[in-house]
Amino acid sequence: MKGSLKTTGAPSLEELHNSPAYPTNEQLRKGPIAIIECIEEIPCNPCEAACSRGAITVGENITSLPKIDFEKCIACGACIAACPGLAIYIKDYTYSDTMALLSFPYEYYPLPQAGDTVQAVDRHGKYICDGKVIRVQNPKSNDHTAVITIEYPNEYFEEVVSIKRIVIS
Amino acid sequence: MIETELAIVGAGPAGLSAAIEARRAGAEVLLIDENSRPGGQLFKQIHKFFGSRSHKAGTRGMNIGTELLRESKELGIQTWLNGEVCGIEEGHKLWVVRDRSRSEIVKAKKIILSTGATENAVPFPGWELPGVMGAGAAQTMINVNRVLPGKKVIMLGSGNVGVIVAYQLLQAGAEVVAILEAAPKLGGYGVHTAKVSRAGVPFYVSHTIKQAFGTDHVEAVEIVKLDDSFKKVPGTERTLEVDTVCLATGLTPLTELAWLAGCKFCYVPVLGGHLPIHDDKMHSTQPDIFIAGDISGIEEASTAMEEGKLAGINAACELGYIAPEEAEVRSREIWDSLNSLRSGYFGQKRRDSKVSILQKSEELISYFKAMII
Repeated sequence: MKGSLKTTGAPSLEELHNSPAYPTNEQLRKGPIAIIECIEEIPCNPCEAACSRGAITVGENITSLPKIDFEKCIACGACIAACPGLAIYIKDYTYSDTMALLSFPYEYYPLPQAGDTVQAVDRHGKYICDGKVIRVQNPKSNDHTAVITIEYPNEYFEEVVSIKRIVIS
Repeated sequence: MIETELAIVGAGPAGLSAAIEARRAGAEVLLIDENSRPGGQLFKQIHKFFGSRSHKAGTRGMNIGTELLRESKELGIQTWLNGEVCGIEEGHKLWVVRDRSRSEIVKAKKIILSTGATENAVPFPGWELPGVMGAGAAQTMINVNRVLPGKKVIMLGSGNVGVIVAYQLLQAGAEVVAILEAAPKLGGYGVHTAKVSRAGVPFYVSHTIKQAFGTDHVEAVEIVKLDDSFKKVPGTERTLEVDTVCLATGLTPLTELAWLAGCKFCYVPVLGGHLPIHDDKMHSTQPDIFIAGDISGIEEASTAMEEGKLAGINAACELGYIAPEEAEVRSREIWDSLNSLRSGYFGQKRRDSKVSILQKSEELISYFKAMII
C-alpha cells in the first residue's frame, strides 16, 4: 500500500507494523486477536477500561499509544464499540482452511443481515473480495456502534478491514 | 432592569458547565442564549467523544448535551432562550433583545462570556451559489434538522470538523466525492481520516477549489493543485461533479462582546485569531468578566466544558460562595484535566499557546499594579 496516514487518510501497512499496538506476523496468524489501528498520539483511552482482562494499556498519559498484551487478549471484542475512533477490530486467520474472520465497527444504516454477501474493502474503501456476514451485534451498550462479523478468503487477510456501505437506491 | 449575581452569555458546553458549577455552589445564575435550544454545538455532535472517562470519552456529544441540560434543569438554572445579548454597558449591564421583540437590561455582578465561534469562509468564484455552505451548517442540517443538503458533496478542509462532518454526511446517505486539504498533510485525527478513507472517500492534499459552477445551484467544482507556497499550479485543474460544497476552513472566536466590554486582546493564530487575554481562572482583563470555551481559543467541546467549570467555580468564589482555598484546589484539578487533553502531537501547540496567553495576562497584571503604585 502506497502513501501514509497524513497524505492518503489511511495508515499504510508499514506505518502499522511500526506502531506498538499492531501484532507481529506470527501473533496475527495465531488465532482470534484484537488489532488497534491507532498510530497517532491523541488524548483518548476508553479502550483501556473496555478490556476486562487488562490486555490494553494506554497509561497515565492519555495521549500515549495503546498497547495490547496478546497473551491476555481473548478476542472478546468488548473494545470494538468502545473505541470512539472506530479503530479496533478482531481478526481470526485460523477460522477455517481458506477463510478468515473479521469483526469490525459499523455505523451506517441499513445494517447488513446475517447471511448477506457483502463487498469487503481495504483501508481506502477499494473492493477486495466478497465476504459473508456471519453475525450482526448491536446491543444497547454499544450505543449504536454495531459490530459486524464477516468471513472472507484468508489470502486477503491483512488488507480487508471493512465493507462497502449498503446504499439503498 | 433585572439584577442577577452571575450572567452567562451562551449556553453551549462551556456556558452550561459554568452555570452548573456556579449554581451548585449557590450563586444566582441567569443563562442567556440566542438560540431556541440550549446546548450549542453538542446536539449536532452525534459522534463518540475522545478523552478519558472524566472527560466523558466514548459518549456521543448529543448525549453529553442531554446530561448537561438535565443537570441544569435539576439545579433550577434560569435560562433565557431566544435572547440576543447585543451590548455590554458600564456597570456590567447587558442589553438583551428577547424573542426578537423587546429589550431587557440585565445587571450582573459577574459575567461569563461563552459565546463560541463562527465558521470561516474561503471565497472563490461561484462561492455565492446555493449549495456552498459551512461544514457546521451542513452538520446542523443533517443532525439537528434531518435535512440532507445534497447528494454529492465536496469537503474543503481536512481538520477534525471536515472529516467528522464528511463521515456524518456519509451516515446521512450522501456521497462524499473528495476531501481537499490546502496543506501538504491532512489536519484531522488519523482515526477520523481512516474511517472516512475506508468508506472510499479520496483525500487530496495540496489542493483547493478554484471555482464552482452552476446556474441556480452548484453543479460542479474545479479543483487545483497547490505548490509549496500555496500557489495554484496552472494545468493541474480538474472538474468534479458535485451539488454541495462544504467549507471546513477553521473557526473564529465570537469576541464582539468582549471587545465592547473593553477586554484586552492578543492575537494567537493557532487558537483562531484575536482572543481576550485571560488568566488561569478564565478571568479577562476586565474586572468581573470571565470567558470560557471557543471565545478563549478554538478547541473542542471537552476543553470548553473544563474551561466553563473553571470560570463557574472562580466566579462563584468571587461572589463568596466558594472558599478561595477550595476554588484553588478544584481549579488545579481542572488544569490537570485540561493539560491531559492538550498533550501529544495535536494538543501541544494549543497548550503552548495557552501558556503564552497566561503569561501575557500576568505581564498585564504586574504592569497595571506598577501603575497603581
